[in-house]
Amino acid sequence: MSTAEATDARVETRAAVGEPLSARIVRFLSRTPVYLFLAFVGLLWLVPTLGLLFTSLLPASILNTTGWWEILSEPSLATFDNYRSIFDNQAITSAVWTTLWISLGATILPILVASLAAYAFAWIEFPGRDWLFLVVVGLLVVPIQMALIPIFSLYNSLGLFDTIAGLVLFHTAFGLPFAIFLLRNFFIGIPKDLLEAARIDGASELRIFFRLILPLGLPAIASLAIFQFLWVWNDLLVALTFGRETQPITVAIFSQMRQFSANIELIAPAAFVSLAIPLVVFFAFQRYFVQGLLAGSVK
Amino acid sequence: MSESVSTAEAPGAGLPPQDGGPGVFQRHWTTIVFLGPALALLAVWIVYPTIRTIIRSFYDRSGDEFVGLDNYQTLFSDDTLVTAIKNNFLWLLVVPAMVTAIGLVFAVLIERIRFSVAFKVAVFMPMAISLFAAGVIWRLMYEKDPSRGTINAGIAVVKDAVSPPGALQAAQPSTDAVEVVADGSLVLETPLEPGSVAQLGLTGIRASDVRDDAVQAVVPEPLQGGITGVVWRDFKPGGGTPGVLEEEEVGLPGVTVELRDVNGRAAYTAKTNPDGTFGFEEVEAGTYRAAIGAATFAVPYAGVSWLGERLITPAIMIAYIWVWAGFAMVVIAAGLAAIPRDLLEAARTDGANEWQVFRRITIPLLAPVLTVVFITMLIYVLKVFDIVISIAPGSVQDDANVIALAMWRTSFGGVNDFGLGSAIAVFLFLLVIPILALNIRRFRREV
Repeated sequence: MSTAEATDARVETRAAVGEPLSARIVRFLSRTPVYLFLAFVGLLWLVPTLGLLFTSLLPASILNTTGWWEILSEPSLATFDNYRSIFDNQAITSAVWTTLWISLGATILPILVASLAAYAFAWIEFPGRDWLFLVVVGLLVVPIQMALIPIFSLYNSLGLFDTIAGLVLFHTAFGLPFAIFLLRNFFIGIPKDLLEAARIDGASELRIFFRLILPLGLPAIASLAIFQFLWVWNDLLVALTFGRETQPITVAIFSQMRQFSANIELIAPAAFVSLAIPLVVFFAFQRYFVQGLLAGSVK
Repeated sequence: MSESVSTAEAPGAGLPPQDGGPGVFQRHWTTIVFLGPALALLAVWIVYPTIRTIIRSFYDRSGDEFVGLDNYQTLFSDDTLVTAIKNNFLWLLVVPAMVTAIGLVFAVLIERIRFSVAFKVAVFMPMAISLFAAGVIWRLMYEKDPSRGTINAGIAVVKDAVSPPGALQAAQPSTDAVEVVADGSLVLETPLEPGSVAQLGLTGIRASDVRDDAVQAVVPEPLQGGITGVVWRDFKPGGGTPGVLEEEEVGLPGVTVELRDVNGRAAYTAKTNPDGTFGFEEVEAGTYRAAIGAATFAVPYAGVSWLGERLITPAIMIAYIWVWAGFAMVVIAAGLAAIPRDLLEAARTDGANEWQVFRRITIPLLAPVLTVVFITMLIYVLKVFDIVISIAPGSVQDDANVIALAMWRTSFGGVNDFGLGSAIAVFLFLLVIPILALNIRRFRREV
């Protein structure tokens, strides 16, 4: 039903130019079911997130007996006390900082390393280049689970276990195949003449890379950076495996989940803080995000 | 940009001095500078562990003894692990198809609608949130108690409107004279004929559940050609005889009493008065049983146990679809926008109706995009972990198990069997390969 209506609407849009008001009203009314349906579904999609937000604003005494919707009839119940207490909670604040350091490190490092490699794959001739590129991209197949056990043992013997560096390096390595793939495909689209000119002028490859390729590659790098940042910020599996005291926010919340209901006044605001940053990043860079998504559906 | 490069004459930092054209050595050196870090990281963190995990999967828990395929045998015989594999296949069967279908519906609906931005943002937003946070969100939605869990609260509103909770929820017969039958209603054992008086004593009723207008119960007079009776709270503070109507025992007003004929059909119904009495005038000759229908004892809606062992997997799937529908919608909408308009116009000119246009032109042209979404979802669903571990409480994680979760729990969740854990990882790896190979082949064909 809905598809037919939407395609009807498409026909109507074509006719929209110069039609009388009555026709326009009829057209609007015929679309009303679609509008209502979308409004309903849109609200439905928001309810879970709003539920968490409202829960995080209610004192535990209220939450013991009723749900977050109490706030809709009595907005005065809302309080920032839960947030105040998690920001006084040393474990949570240090978890937020840990998350930030891991995410920044594991975004900058792989992008730097990957763009160097991508440049080589795109513009430096060496034997076996295409073959090697295929191998690197082929590593996309390897699930993180394949590396957990050996790296766990390796980190234990190297002293990298439970360190920010250990987490950053792991995320960096697993971010590389996709980053190299994406950037190489972008770099190869840079006009050859620009590079030839620079080479004839005697610029070194490193200089070309930093002065020419990186600035031109910025759109692709931006998409990649946003994705990698969100990926690492949102990670649970890697941090849960290689961290004990070094806890990002996801692990810190996870460790409270055993008593979900009893700890709700801590879990709800902390979870909201953990998803607020990705939401800000997402809304600020929505365009890059969607572009990256369309480019990266192969990951 | 190119200007700044063309003015550059000095070699880049760290490079050996140039002597005319770049020599073979220098070419190699440059290549190593560019590729070295990436290759080193990939070798240590991906290639080495992959080989190591494959080898490790043939060794026992301690890693000392070679056990051949024993770990793989365990993988397909251990109950929890078999559940994990079954669940994961259920995920593969249900979720990618659902996500793609929902994404297609949304994409088509928003295509020609104004103000669709708000809808897009609402549906796409969960994509930015971690699957772990989505798990926390849905754990909250799925609380069992309808006064706290959002979904059960929603169901309770509908359910209580359709069938309101009964007046006497926990009531029980006070003596054997009244029996509880299979459908939940209470029936007086003694058969009744016109002229009889029925006494239905109930206990287990809290004083607060008795209506305010209730007064001292009385046994009504028999009625010529009719049946009378009383329903009362057969409880006297400080004792009393069950089955006997005494002082201080109140009637139960507003209870619907049925007279059931020999076939068990409710022939007459009446409501009780404040003193608990009821009466049926002009009853046809015959024998009847006095009964109070099950609806009177209906307890308020207790909530669906979403996080219980039976519903946990569908519950997590719903949460997962909530996260990914936006991805499917955005990708499919982009595909939809790229369809050439004149193709659709031509079909319409040839007399095709809108459904035919959609079915015969739009869908085939969208097929590559739908495939991308579907395959992407297959890969993610195969590796699903965060949302399962965060929604499923510890007690039902065996029932909600999936391959990635089984791998983690076996290796790091207390059991710490690296041999078996490695085998599970290899199994997951083997499942991912064909899907991704498919994806890469399709991609290469497109490029």
